[in-house]
Amino acid sequence: MIHEPAAPVEKDDAIQKKTRLGVILFIIYTLIYSGFVVIGLTDPEMMGAEIIGGQNLAIIYGFGLILLAIIMGFFYNYFCTKFENEMNKN
Amino acid sequence: MIYGVSNLAIIIFVFIVAVVLALSFYFARKTKSSKSYYAAGGKIHWGVNGIAFAGDYLSAASFLGICGMIAFSGYDGFLYSIGFLAGWVVALFLVAEPLKRLGKYTFADALDAKFNSKSIKLAAAISTLIVSIFYLIPQMVGAGDLVVPLLGLPHWMGVVIVGSIVIFIVATAGMTSTTYVQFIKGALLVIFSTVLTIYVLKNGLTLTPNDDYHKFAKIEALVTSDTIVSVPDSNYTVETTKVVGKLVFVKLEKSDGSSCWYKLNIKDGNASLDEVIYTTLLPDGEKLYNGAPKSEKKFFQVGHLSKIILNGKEVDKTGPVGPFRFLKTIESSEVVRFTKKTFTNGDNKLTVWYQNITPGKEVMEPGLKYKLSEASGATIWDKLNFLSLMLALFLGTSALPHILIRYYTVPNQRAARKSTIVAITAIGFFYMLTLFMGLGAMINGVLDVESSNMSGPLLAKAFGVSLFAIISAIAFATVLGTVSGLIIASSGAIAHDFIDNYLKVQMTDKGKVRAGKIAALSVGILAIILGILFKGMNVSFLVGLAFAVAASANLPAILFLLFWKKTTAKGIAWSVIVGVVFSIGIILFSPSMWERYGLAASDAPIPLDNPGIISIPMAVITLVVISLMTQKDNSTKDFSK
Repeated sequence: MIHEPAAPVEKDDAIQKKTRLGVILFIIYTLIYSGFVVIGLTDPEMMGAEIIGGQNLAIIYGFGLILLAIIMGFFYNYFCTKFENEMNKN
Repeated sequence: MIYGVSNLAIIIFVFIVAVVLALSFYFARKTKSSKSYYAAGGKIHWGVNGIAFAGDYLSAASFLGICGMIAFSGYDGFLYSIGFLAGWVVALFLVAEPLKRLGKYTFADALDAKFNSKSIKLAAAISTLIVSIFYLIPQMVGAGDLVVPLLGLPHWMGVVIVGSIVIFIVATAGMTSTTYVQFIKGALLVIFSTVLTIYVLKNGLTLTPNDDYHKFAKIEALVTSDTIVSVPDSNYTVETTKVVGKLVFVKLEKSDGSSCWYKLNIKDGNASLDEVIYTTLLPDGEKLYNGAPKSEKKFFQVGHLSKIILNGKEVDKTGPVGPFRFLKTIESSEVVRFTKKTFTNGDNKLTVWYQNITPGKEVMEPGLKYKLSEASGATIWDKLNFLSLMLALFLGTSALPHILIRYYTVPNQRAARKSTIVAITAIGFFYMLTLFMGLGAMINGVLDVESSNMSGPLLAKAFGVSLFAIISAIAFATVLGTVSGLIIASSGAIAHDFIDNYLKVQMTDKGKVRAGKIAALSVGILAIILGILFKGMNVSFLVGLAFAVAASANLPAILFLLFWKKTTAKGIAWSVIVGVVFSIGIILFSPSMWERYGLAASDAPIPLDNPGIISIPMAVITLVVISLMTQKDNSTKDFSK
């Protein structure tokens, strides 16, 4: 039976801090994503309302969710790398 | 639909397939161990892995399915783009690093890392296999759809070609060659989708998509007692009138002996008959296209604007536009969509696609496919379907076994995280482009009403055969890349999780690789058969179902294992099984499947198309309840390791 990982697992003292950050960012994104779904369910007409630059809420919110995921990804990576550099010195 | 076959398309297609096979030969020589076969030795660079993630994830559903759904149903197709990308947030923030720490080669390894439980091994192997097969079906359907216009071959042959090539790739070199195939195809897909979007914007919006675009006849009509229709024009005589629900279809015979179906429209008290396109299934099984055999090429591509409003003025065309102007102009204009209706006329079964003039405002917000407002007649089930879809898309990504195994191909957790971010960026950018490609297909007269899946490649064809050839070949490679990943995951589930870990069959390292290859061959053959059987269904819809099964069967198990200390082995195993059974059970009794069985969708026992809203909570409840009931199992084991 194969027991060893495909690559050796390194020791990491930053796990707790990274996990907490990940959970916080996940909750924030989930709330914003839920807002999109709730508007669609409860007040779908609102999705057609013009918001900015002639674009409706559906477009702004939809593109916003995609862009937000990318931005939060970079934010998460920046802080995780920082935690790892600070806490795994030894 | 009959398409002209381009030699250039064939050359580019053959070239890409040759490159893929050459890569496989090259890496096959390096694949000697099971570590190399299943996880590429854990040595892939995070940048390469990130784009390979994109190549793996941007399957036929993303390029063929989403573009097609947007082209036919507007913004509702874009919901898939939003949900598919949002799912990566779960993968990045909650799953990527812990899974990398836990796992070896497969999803089951990670799930079982803490417990070493036979029931988890079995449940996870079954779930991996089922999710991968559900995901394989749309890929194979997409492959079949692609070869029809690309190589002029029938649908089933496309399925067989993809199946055979992929079986060869996987059975020769495993994860390493799969990674590089996915890397190349992921990069090419993003680059050429950008090129296609630029073409769409440069072309702008026009009332006449191209010089050859069909001019739909509109004939004045007189109506008495709602359904008795006569035509003042002496060139036409009414042959048949059919009332289908609230719609009236009329077959007119022209003085030259030809005949065609029309739909009755009454607007402001004036009646007219608008030409439709239609197929006729004769009792002997022959299918006519607009009343003629397929070879006469009387069936044409459709999709156009009936009114363009630019800066408050009605215009015939806009010229090049920027991305925001493009979206805004469609929103203020009118789009002619083609809506499907089926009915019988004597012994013949007719399928008509009639012109459905749709305000751009409706195209640019949810509601054309998923009815949400009371005004559109939305029921509670319609709303639950929407909620269920968005839930499954959000939670499904990080539970897809073929995506999860990619975390084992990089050297460490940092690389796993970074490759996820590269993936999110590439995938997110691509998904933004899908709206432009889908809407571009909707208004540029390229739609094949029989297959929404071909909208993206056919849009490329409108801008030149070269672009079509490249885009189609990339789309084909897209299928190759994803199917390779899926077959690797399935082969791992059978050979590694089931035979090696569950049955504990003693094998040498070489024997394990051989078992994996035989498993790959078996799954590949099954995928070919299913790909042929499911011809004609939108691939995004099918992938949505795979997401629902994954989100139900796998995600509760993964998240509770990582974040709830009271989770037990039995809780995980039962949760996986309940998730699989409920999600598949609901799918099998859903309206879409009822239609597939040849029955009326409205008669389906469960009026839900997407099972997530029921099956995900069921899996969670099962996990919590069983875990709480079996706490003594945890207390008797030492998990300090």
